[in-house]
Amino acid sequence: MGSAEGARDDVTVLGIAGDWTVETVGAVLPAVAGKVAPGRHLVFDGSELGRLDTAGAWALIGLMRQQDKAGGSTELKDFPKPAASLIAEIDPLGRDELPEPPRVNPVTWTLEEIGRGAAAIIDDGYSVLATLGESATTFLDMLLWRRRMRWAALFNNIGRAAIQAVPIIALMSLLVGMIIAQQGSFYLSSYGADVLVVDMVGVLTCRELGVLLTAIMIAGRSGAAYTAELGSMKMREEIDALKVLGLSPVEVLVLPRLLALIIALPILTLVSDLAALAGAWIVGLYYIGIPTDVFLDRLKAALTVTYVLIGLAKAPFMAAIIGLIAAIEGMKVKGSAESLGEHTTAAVVKAIFMVVVTDGIFAMIFATIGI
Amino acid sequence: MTDETARQDGREREAVIAARGLVVGFSGEPILEGLDIDVWRGEILGVVGGSGTGKSVLLRTLIGLTARSAGTIEVFGRDFDRISGEERQHIGRRWGVLFQQGALFSSLTVLQNVAVPLREHMRLSDDLADQLARLKIEMAGLPADACGKYPAELSGGMIKRAALARALALDPDIVFLDEPTAGLDPIGAAEFDQLILRLRDTLGLTVFMVTHDLDSLVTITDRIAVLGNRRVLVDGTFAELKTFDHPWVRAYFNGPRAEHFTFG
Repeated sequence: MGSAEGARDDVTVLGIAGDWTVETVGAVLPAVAGKVAPGRHLVFDGSELGRLDTAGAWALIGLMRQQDKAGGSTELKDFPKPAASLIAEIDPLGRDELPEPPRVNPVTWTLEEIGRGAAAIIDDGYSVLATLGESATTFLDMLLWRRRMRWAALFNNIGRAAIQAVPIIALMSLLVGMIIAQQGSFYLSSYGADVLVVDMVGVLTCRELGVLLTAIMIAGRSGAAYTAELGSMKMREEIDALKVLGLSPVEVLVLPRLLALIIALPILTLVSDLAALAGAWIVGLYYIGIPTDVFLDRLKAALTVTYVLIGLAKAPFMAAIIGLIAAIEGMKVKGSAESLGEHTTAAVVKAIFMVVVTDGIFAMIFATIGI
Repeated sequence: MTDETARQDGREREAVIAARGLVVGFSGEPILEGLDIDVWRGEILGVVGGSGTGKSVLLRTLIGLTARSAGTIEVFGRDFDRISGEERQHIGRRWGVLFQQGALFSSLTVLQNVAVPLREHMRLSDDLADQLARLKIEMAGLPADACGKYPAELSGGMIKRAALARALALDPDIVFLDEPTAGLDPIGAAEFDQLILRLRDTLGLTVFMVTHDLDSLVTITDRIAVLGNRRVLVDGTFAELKTFDHPWVRAYFNGPRAEHFTFG
């Protein structure tokens, strides 16, 4: 080696000293980039090399490749044996370029996304109908004793969806009832009609707000939980296991949850109505100054059973929508944790939106038939 | 005593990890009690034991994921309890772990997974971090087009290789492998064994490997530690363990599956 060096006059010797590791290579690399000597024979002298790891070896190889490209040649001299074998091991790697990700045209991409969004809405509609149909036929089979009702799963789900939700729904509705009463009295008192607050709270909560608030809370609480449960079961192939065992995921997983919500939501709506009225009564008694007997008289006059029933009648439909959307989004979850989060979010957002839309449709129907 | 262990007993051997008197238990009966184990620099140590003898628990305890109720662990000659948080983080970079299921981050591509330690711990340009990650992926025997794939799109064998590439991202001194060949077909498992052997030789790795694969044990381990009765029952080469007198060890190393591995 030494003699070869003496014989040539185009030789540049580059001493490679110190540690060439992943911790130092970030600083070393810019410094050595300028050492490429076009047309010359570059000799790397490794006699003072400290530690060398993959990153360091990669940096050296990068330098050697640059030198080759610049029309020169390279040679390794006096490298310790492990370092030399590491360089030899890495040398053939990382040569071919990674395939470039295909470029996207923003215009076509936007159009594609709009198209996909529209198709997804149709798909969702189809899935809702398919799952609803399968749930309904399964439920019919159970009523006709052709299939076993899964009582344990049903009651377990009612417990989780209804009983555990009572405290939060009662508290939330109590506060909303109080706020409406306080705000209402503020404006009604300028007409001297303080006492009409009772009418307002009674009709508003029982007919619209009670069921709406409860449905939104349940969409966020149970709907999100159902999507996450079904989604993680989908990720771990538990849904596939059910299918292979000859069981229908709709029968085993979806129907008990759907029925639980359909039973739970009217009960919770009633809880919400009562709590809101209690809130209005507390504010009426201590803030506005409406005695309890006056409060009850007004309530009896203003609030008919029809109003309460209108509120309650909407609850099962909203429950079915929340349950179906949660189940469908859960089944759409793919392999990654990100996908689970995405579909749980979608389930809650879609469910709340559809609950509000449903409420609007009911308002139109009731207006048409005049109640 | 064979020549092999005589050489290992020589002066030059250095314990990368030395654990003494480990006691680990969750509730009730301890799983490990009074366990001593050494991992020597540059060796491939296989850890075997029946189901529930705490192989994975031992691995998790050594890397600090599972708390122990007694005992000391020295890593690179430093007592793990008496070092600063900063030093602990520094030591953490000197080991790599291959979890049983790979534990790849599902929302990142293979390339991004392997680049995570490089980007988070090192001052490297993004470009260089990607190049190094790609190098590790190729070293782990994955084709270049696997770089852009997500973990959900990979086969079991590819997941293991990608996870190994991530474990090796920072050129660690020691790698912990939890059942690296479980779930691989025999050809894939044999390739993985050779990969570990080759990486040990080129990168100077120390390997701590929990395994049940007799082929791996015979072909690549330098030493095998057998767990049982909440401690290390015995350690030695495959040939030595064949003659050890303990019912489980005898059944394991002389059972029908071990029969075709004969030693002079």
